[in-house]
Amino acid sequence: MTKTTSPVDYGAYPDARGHFGEFGGRFVSETLISALDELQEMYQRLKNDPEFQAAFDYDLAHYVGRPSPLYLAERLTADAGGARIWLKREDLNHTGAHKVNNTVGQALLAKHSGKSRVIAETGAGQHGVATATVAARLGLKCAVYMGAEDVKRQSPNVYRMKLLGAEVIPVESGSKTLKDAMNEAMRDWVTNVDDTFYIIGTVAGPHPYPQLVRDFNSVIGREARRQSLEQFGQLPDALVACVGGGSNAIGLFHPFLADESVKMYGVEAGGDGIETGRHAAPLNKGIPGILHGNRTYLMEDEDGQIIETHSVSAGLDYPGVGPEHSWLKDIGRVDYVAINDDEALAAFRKLTRTEGIIPALESSHAVAYGLKLAASMRPDQNIVVNLSGRGDKDIFTVAAIDGIKV
Amino acid sequence: MVTEANRIDRRFARLRSEGRKGLVTYIVAGDGGLENTVGLMHQLVASGSDLIELGVPFSDPMAEGPVIQKGHERALEQKVSLRKCLALVKEFREKDAETPVILMGYANPIVRMGTEAFADGLKEAGADGALTVDLPAEEAGPLNDLLKARDLRNIFLLTPTTSDARIAEITRLASGFVYYVSLKGVTGAGHLDLASVHENLARIRRHTDLPLCVGFGIKDGASAKAVSADGDGAVVGSVLVSAVGESADAAAAKDRIGALVAEMRTALDT
Repeated sequence: MTKTTSPVDYGAYPDARGHFGEFGGRFVSETLISALDELQEMYQRLKNDPEFQAAFDYDLAHYVGRPSPLYLAERLTADAGGARIWLKREDLNHTGAHKVNNTVGQALLAKHSGKSRVIAETGAGQHGVATATVAARLGLKCAVYMGAEDVKRQSPNVYRMKLLGAEVIPVESGSKTLKDAMNEAMRDWVTNVDDTFYIIGTVAGPHPYPQLVRDFNSVIGREARRQSLEQFGQLPDALVACVGGGSNAIGLFHPFLADESVKMYGVEAGGDGIETGRHAAPLNKGIPGILHGNRTYLMEDEDGQIIETHSVSAGLDYPGVGPEHSWLKDIGRVDYVAINDDEALAAFRKLTRTEGIIPALESSHAVAYGLKLAASMRPDQNIVVNLSGRGDKDIFTVAAIDGIKV
Repeated sequence: MVTEANRIDRRFARLRSEGRKGLVTYIVAGDGGLENTVGLMHQLVASGSDLIELGVPFSDPMAEGPVIQKGHERALEQKVSLRKCLALVKEFREKDAETPVILMGYANPIVRMGTEAFADGLKEAGADGALTVDLPAEEAGPLNDLLKARDLRNIFLLTPTTSDARIAEITRLASGFVYYVSLKGVTGAGHLDLASVHENLARIRRHTDLPLCVGFGIKDGASAKAVSADGDGAVVGSVLVSAVGESADAAAAKDRIGALVAEMRTALDT
């Protein structure tokens, strides 16, 4: 018998200081340390508190509309000609994406903290909308930082946030996209730390954010695991999810990590193609470094300056990635692949026409890889693709590519 | 115990013996033209600066307000790398063997260069220490050890939100001087609260004999004098970076920062 290495205890990560192996941690200026300590202390206390969990579960059921279905995409499966493709329908959540799982959870934390104002960064606007939504519900003041470039390309979401009563602050510094919005939100937090709760939208940032955002999104994987057993009587053979910061992917993957038979694929944005350098795929073509409070794979130049990323999808247009993904890549538990803009657009159209579901451009990356993967697998095998969001926000982008004025 | 070999220690020992306050000045390396930076550094010294913090430009300067962000962006347009910053210190040392210089910046360029290569580079260039904004005490260990082994100083930030337990922990690691951030906010902010500075410096003083310098929100001689009353010095950055940014050429930049520093020096000494 060959000797196997001892199984990884995935639940033991991050460690007490927020490290996933060499990744994660807390690389912020001193002013924020006490706020992070306070958040960590509160979260450790509440995450095992039955009352808090019950409140979270209640909101997920009655406000978000969970559980989200696990849907067998029969025509898509037939088109791919291989394994069965199941879609985890996060697009059916209130506000139209997985982001709300996390903002509902963090809003409960904000309420417990007694702070009267929440802030957020946003790329495509989905997290901004999900934050503005929970802020409206709880009567909290809300400011959302959004790169000036993204404000232009995601105008419907900007208007949605304003309708919900949030102040949308365009960020003109740096590359004017998600990373700069995050810098500016951090600066706001440093300044207003006494009365402000920062709702980070992805599994990045300083500890404990990667952990708590993961935990709140893990409802996706817990449901998918149960639904798989109920609907096809076994665990899926493979999971596929897109990775920008990586919150929908970690949410799907985490409850399956110990199931060794389940293969996992994180799909990064290949942009114009990895070989062109114009992409947003740090796990495919980046190097470990430090940004936004954690050590993780980054896209940077030879001097350690963060470089501009490129993707048709604003939500994946980020030069870093959650530290747990960096760790899962290095220990070989998850394969990180890339899908180019044109492949994602083709999948966007295919899912729309075969299933009557318009996916977000972010999620279209996962669909595109799911199609490729299915074709390489047997018809009795099962793939779960995380359909992390709906594509209504993207129809203007797609129309513009088609040369159509909507 | 203070080793007199390091220029930072020597400078603060001398200031204390003379009963004077230190003036720490910050500019961004390469801002206003890479070829002009060393000249600006000499001007800072000539006008009365005791210690120079040379800002290493970074694409994502999270702790900076708009003025210093712009300085970083101007410097990055000229591709000013960490290696170039070290070369500037070396060039500065050709004509100034006494004024302490530290590099102030963010962790990622250091990680990219290699932490040990960075420590070696500081020593070789004639720099005296480093201040890395996003390396708080819990993440600073490796760099701290490398600097210590080379008799270089590691400057830590303390803030109004730092607990007593952390002050104790950080001052155990800190060397050279301690940089007290006067307010909750980014560099260049305008809400300085002198009562809070007074109270917090007293709190910090209970834990350390290291020189205490106060920065963030210091705009002129009067505010420099006020914040350093209970400490050992004042740190000024945004007004200098703003002056460099607004100057039409190197000569004008020299004149403007010279006048600003001279005014603060006079205020501190009277």
